[in-house]
Amino acid sequence: MPDRRLGSQLAPHVHGWLLLLPAVALLAAFTYFPAVAALWSSLHSTPKGARPARFVGLDQYAAMVDDPVFWQSLWNNVLFALGTVPLSVAIALLMALWVNGRIRGRTALRMAYFTPTMLPMIAVANIWLFFYTPGYGLIDQVLGLFGLPDTNWLGSPATALPALMVVTVWKEAGFFMIFYLAALQAMPPSLREAAMLEGAGRWCIFRRVTLPLLMPTTLFVLVNAVINAFRTVDLVVVMTRGGPDNATALLLYHIYEVGFRYWDTGYAAALTTVLVVILVVLAIGQFVYLDRKVHYR
Amino acid sequence: MNGSFPDRLVALLENTGAWLLGLLWVLPLLFAVWTAFHPAAFAVRFDLAAPLTLENFVQAWAAAPFPRYLLNSFLLVTSILAGQLVLCTLAAYAFARFEFRGRNVAFLLVLVQLMIMPDALVVENYRTMHAFGLIDSVAAMALPYMASAFGIFLLRQTFKTVPRELDDAARVEGAGTLGILWRVYVPLARPVYVAYGLVSISYHWNNFLWPLIVTNSVTTRPLTVGLAVFSSTDQGVDWSVITAATLMTAAPLLIAFLLFQRQFVQSFMRAGIK
Amino acid sequence: MTVRRGLRTTLFAAAMALTALPAAAATKISFYYPVAVGGPITKLIDDYVAGFEKENPDVDIEPVYSGSYQDTITKVLTAMKGGNAPQVAVILSTDMFTLIDEDAIVPFDGMAKTPEDKAFLSAFYPAFMENSQTGGKTWGIPFQRSTIVMYWNKDAFKEASLDPEKPPRSWDEMAQMAAKLTKRDAGGNVTQWGVQIPSSGFPYWLFQALTTENGAKLMNEAGTETYYDKPEVVEALQYWIDLASKQKVHPPGIVEWGTTPKDFFERKVAMMWTTTGNLTNVRKNAAFPFGVAMLPEKKRGGSPTGGGNFYVFKSASPEQQDAAFRFVKWMTTPERAAQWGIDTGYVAVRPDAWETSAMKAYVADFPAAAVARDQLPQATAELSTHENQRVTKALNDGLQAALTGGKPAKQAMEDAQKEADRILKAYR
Repeated sequence: MPDRRLGSQLAPHVHGWLLLLPAVALLAAFTYFPAVAALWSSLHSTPKGARPARFVGLDQYAAMVDDPVFWQSLWNNVLFALGTVPLSVAIALLMALWVNGRIRGRTALRMAYFTPTMLPMIAVANIWLFFYTPGYGLIDQVLGLFGLPDTNWLGSPATALPALMVVTVWKEAGFFMIFYLAALQAMPPSLREAAMLEGAGRWCIFRRVTLPLLMPTTLFVLVNAVINAFRTVDLVVVMTRGGPDNATALLLYHIYEVGFRYWDTGYAAALTTVLVVILVVLAIGQFVYLDRKVHYR
Repeated sequence: MNGSFPDRLVALLENTGAWLLGLLWVLPLLFAVWTAFHPAAFAVRFDLAAPLTLENFVQAWAAAPFPRYLLNSFLLVTSILAGQLVLCTLAAYAFARFEFRGRNVAFLLVLVQLMIMPDALVVENYRTMHAFGLIDSVAAMALPYMASAFGIFLLRQTFKTVPRELDDAARVEGAGTLGILWRVYVPLARPVYVAYGLVSISYHWNNFLWPLIVTNSVTTRPLTVGLAVFSSTDQGVDWSVITAATLMTAAPLLIAFLLFQRQFVQSFMRAGIK
Repeated sequence: MTVRRGLRTTLFAAAMALTALPAAAATKISFYYPVAVGGPITKLIDDYVAGFEKENPDVDIEPVYSGSYQDTITKVLTAMKGGNAPQVAVILSTDMFTLIDEDAIVPFDGMAKTPEDKAFLSAFYPAFMENSQTGGKTWGIPFQRSTIVMYWNKDAFKEASLDPEKPPRSWDEMAQMAAKLTKRDAGGNVTQWGVQIPSSGFPYWLFQALTTENGAKLMNEAGTETYYDKPEVVEALQYWIDLASKQKVHPPGIVEWGTTPKDFFERKVAMMWTTTGNLTNVRKNAAFPFGVAMLPEKKRGGSPTGGGNFYVFKSASPEQQDAAFRFVKWMTTPERAAQWGIDTGYVAVRPDAWETSAMKAYVADFPAAAVARDQLPQATAELSTHENQRVTKALNDGLQAALTGGKPAKQAMEDAQKEADRILKAYR
């Protein structure tokens, strides 16, 4: 019967979209619509009081090319991503392997690793401010025991960005660990046992069995880590406000400043658009590249 | 085999490394506990003879109506989590198991939300909320976060690893589309739900900017807004009171996690595919 | 307590509705305010609002605590762009031009109709009004205002055989005393610095004290010009740089604002420059006798003012504006200005507040509280222009570049001026 065949051909499409509908409706209302609105306003001047916005074409983007803070924050952000992403993912994996393995007191350890995720950023940033304080801050107190001089970690351009990277790795590793842990727990022990029977060493099992099976998680964690690196802002606000002399200005912080301090919404919209394009390209790139290597069972 | 010297050495090194890292990771929390229970003069001096005090908690408690904020935070995270679990499960199922027209494009569009965080769109979203008359409500704080690309992505990855044979078995038993989802996929993905739930709760418990902007009254504001009274002051940082307030705001989460531990581990074990 | 007050207001409103039939609907206004000092500020404000409502039953005020100063202006302008502005708010005095440019606020001159109202507008210290008036109109009413003063550790002075009752009166004196106050251990590491001037976040504010003392102005009254590259300005910056790099009596690099009071309590520094808003904090936490002094002089004394003003918003109806104006007047009576200063550490904003018995008793007990007042005649307006944040950022970047050794003082200030000129071109 032709009708029924048509119906059964349509069914997956209809079911698929029906299942998606609620999520898509909310995404449309609170992400796509405002994002398109941002793109639209990036092509206009910033309305000021009685002066309405007028169409300026690509003027905002031309201004961006001449904006040294934009270039510096972009560069800072690249450094920030290179410094935090590999490190936090590697530490997260190490943590997950440890608390999944034979370590003593792994319940307590799991809790310890996850603590940073549970502490509010506003408070955490203030606590780290103490660690970095020159002279009597915790780091200088410890270094002082070895006779090392005081260091103004957040106050000199060379150390400020690395100091923020450390806080970020600390805050994120435990968060990513949870995903690795979930994946490790869901992994059938039979695979490992089979490999052990064949006389494979731990390192070999890890490389040949565990790591490939963790690829979907790694993909997910990597995409998130990169995105997080490009959306870090609260840390900068509390700890350095982008200083000294823009040494810790990250892209989203620059957007926040332009949008919510200068109220130059048109230019902020243009910066937002650029950030979104960067992130989409990065995410799709990683996705396409890594998805090929991922083995779904 | 497990008694050989190199093996024991490796185990020792691993234990030490794991615990050193753990210590490093809880250091800020330890500092918070130390500082919150001692007078301000001992905030940066670690002297075992330092007197204990609850004065910092008294001061923090007086600065904002914390019990009410606590209730608000609780309402906020539960409603966000409930919405996220339902919406993300449905969407992830669609992406993982249905070949429908426009699936890849739709998936990329969802990924876009991973990147365009609601924080970047506050002005536009505020306008939308105002148009719907939702300003100063839990709904306004929760709605932009409910369709979480993060959750959809995560569950899709998990659902994709579920063997198709289980689908077919359930179908033979007469389960429909949602029945299969409920009976096969949801139970198998439990560890991921637990992990995601934990992450979502801790994220939204600590979220600040958007709740600050869309709420106006004590009856809707979450805890972090109360906590903000102590940061960014003209007077500089008063670590004693900040840490006391931090412990007060983070305590429910820390305690819940402690109580949850067993549940947490068990659900990991039970979910293993045998 | 706000819940209870809300309940009380509701019951009261219900009772009114039942008893007085033709009762006019209460004028509702929302009031946004930041918290920038420690202590139970939200409770104080709630109590003030309750007191005002009791005396003015026809007005219903919803006080909204809106985070820090930065959060507050973000929240106010976001709400305004969403069509939901408050009617009255406390925002930084330096945001006046921003609020005018956004067409957000109305001047008080239109609201002040009676002679008493007009007298009220001139009841405040002129130094505070400089940041509240432009183009002959009054846009803000001073509320929680501050200035910079110097705190010194008397014990440290004694140890360095300096007279503990004599703070430095001039720049040279400060540098000399700081040299005596700087202590080094055997390894040459500094254990106590002579003086520190914070430079994180908003270095321009502290820098403005130095430029004022060197006889320089940083901007014109219309907020359309800056003078960052004037020789006096560069000279002031050079003095600051030299304290660290040449005399080595000031910590190098960027000094964090937030930890400066703690550095003082920990005896890591013997003299610090910070806001008068820290007075209560220092009094509570310094474990040694301390003094509060006016800033040292070069060509003259002086400090910029700082802090927040009341603003009334354009979107308010005439009745709401009237209610908001009554509220602002009520909040800044001499008695309340005095009490607010005592409770928070801010400078009481009008001369007659210092004549109240409460304030007199406070000053008698704690003379340091009057230092800020005595410095006010020499005080100047805080740096504020059109596109304020951006123009200020240009200066901040230049200062931090020079203080961290990235650029020489002269070049840093010339670059900052160039950037400010570019931004302000549209307003000239």
